[in-house]
Amino acid sequence: MEKKMLVFGEIKDGAFRNVSFETIAAAKEISNGGEIVGVLLGEDVKSFGKIMIAYGADRVVVVEDEKLAHYTPEGYAQAFHHVIEQEEPDGIFLGHTSIGRDISPKLASRIQSGLVSDVTSIEVVGEEVVFSRPIYSGKAFEKVVVKDGILFATFRPNNINALEKDDSRNGEIESVDVEILDLQTIVKEVVKNTSTGVDLSEAAVIVAGGRGMKGKENFTILEELAGVLGAAVGASRGACDAEYCDYALQIGQTGKVVTPDLYIAVGISGAIQHVAGMSNSKVIVAINKDPEAEIFQLADYGIVGDLFDVVPKLTEEFKKVLVQK
Amino acid sequence: MNIFVILKRTFDTEEKIQIENSEIVDDGAEFIINPYDEYAIEEAIQLREEHGGEVTLITVGDEESEKQLRTGLAMGADKAVLIENEEIEDGDPFSTEALLGAYFQEKEIDIILGGNVAVDGGSGQVGPRLAEKLGINHVSSIVKIEIENGKATIERDVEGDQVTVEVSLPILVTAQQGLNEPRYPSLPGIMKAKKKPLEELDLDDLDLEEEDVEGKTKTVDRYLPPEKKAGKILEGDLDDQVKELVSLLKSEAKVI
Repeated sequence: MEKKMLVFGEIKDGAFRNVSFETIAAAKEISNGGEIVGVLLGEDVKSFGKIMIAYGADRVVVVEDEKLAHYTPEGYAQAFHHVIEQEEPDGIFLGHTSIGRDISPKLASRIQSGLVSDVTSIEVVGEEVVFSRPIYSGKAFEKVVVKDGILFATFRPNNINALEKDDSRNGEIESVDVEILDLQTIVKEVVKNTSTGVDLSEAAVIVAGGRGMKGKENFTILEELAGVLGAAVGASRGACDAEYCDYALQIGQTGKVVTPDLYIAVGISGAIQHVAGMSNSKVIVAINKDPEAEIFQLADYGIVGDLFDVVPKLTEEFKKVLVQK
Repeated sequence: MNIFVILKRTFDTEEKIQIENSEIVDDGAEFIINPYDEYAIEEAIQLREEHGGEVTLITVGDEESEKQLRTGLAMGADKAVLIENEEIEDGDPFSTEALLGAYFQEKEIDIILGGNVAVDGGSGQVGPRLAEKLGINHVSSIVKIEIENGKATIERDVEGDQVTVEVSLPILVTAQQGLNEPRYPSLPGIMKAKKKPLEELDLDDLDLEEEDVEGKTKTVDRYLPPEKKAGKILEGDLDDQVKELVSLLKSEAKVI
């Protein structure tokens, strides 16, 4: 059966988040030839529609309103719900981002639907769509099917490959008027807080520090390494509890769960609570002076040594090699 | 103020997970209050200390959850409610929304606090779902809240950015790490908690039928991720190790 799919296009700081393209690919995989409809919400976003088309959407529906300039659950839910009623899709996919995870349960409740959150892979078995998702922060996984209603899911960034961009694709980009009622939630201020500007949940490379960093000021050596690699900086709970860095950087069972291509663990012992947040990274490098540290059990490559010697050398070596490229 | 906290009993984050016949083995496992819900309890108590009123804890779970409710009462909450979910088929976040929605229907609410996500299921759905069901606004992943004249000023953690929002009560908020430092229950607190009211409710009490709470999704399998093999510990002079590592990442792992 053909499935008509709605896919949310999330724009952050003037650019799409890559997970939006990944969810288009996921939707295509299960649509069985059904239409893929992109959804764009914001103040001035229509011009982004053609990019969703290039990545595989067949059509894009745009709701523009100054009340959608900042994300609020109230504003976005009104606009998104209007599109759902208009399109009557068989499924709705979003990225499992700050916005996706916040708006999807609200919408699921409004339309009295199930919702599968934080999906990392998807397969079609016969007529049934089976979603896999981590539980216990990645210590285990579950396979979930929808018993009743539409296929509503959010996808974890960096787990499904986006389709090749194809600028020759064409599709209609349609504006829809939605009357957004006055919002009771008012966004007063947004303060950017990430040190390298690369978001942890979507970073392809992460450099993370633990208690071994010994102090807040020493995180600069990680920032330098991250800068060379275009990586995000993260931290273990130990480092956050010791106030070496902000809790926003924490990776682990309490904190962010990440799946980058490359994870460099620096001065991190590898407590189970941290490992839960990063063990599904594709390649793991550990740098630790204790050869018995648990982290070496799951590292693909390890260097036993003093991080204050290793990290600066590593930064220099990456600089050389990446410049040659 | 009428302050409510929704909380969940979860596996201790130190526990390893074992699976038999697609089910999680929980024999002998340690259970705790979901860590994010602990922040919610602490914040609720602080709000009561500042504004007066009463803190009610609510959980959906089996009888064992009484322990976690008692711990919350020992921290300083006033009363607790345990909504039993044992007879529910394929319970999922929709089910929890339905149960909690029924409980809150007749309640006067100023604020409901919960955790931003539970460390077991990890969906983070119940908070926003419940707020929608009750027709109130929600603010998720909060790291600071101040309430004055029926208005809350809230700082949210949005993937590392701090976003400040202002919203009128009643609201539902979900706690992110960094909101506060949860207190430990004191010995007198533990003694008092034993005598604090704890109400148990089932579907009949909430005027719900089984089909009202049946899950919309179903877990068909659970499995462990493939075990990671221990990798290569590099040897030799540090400069050579660093060179080798970069070269391996480039040519063997192909990640840079």
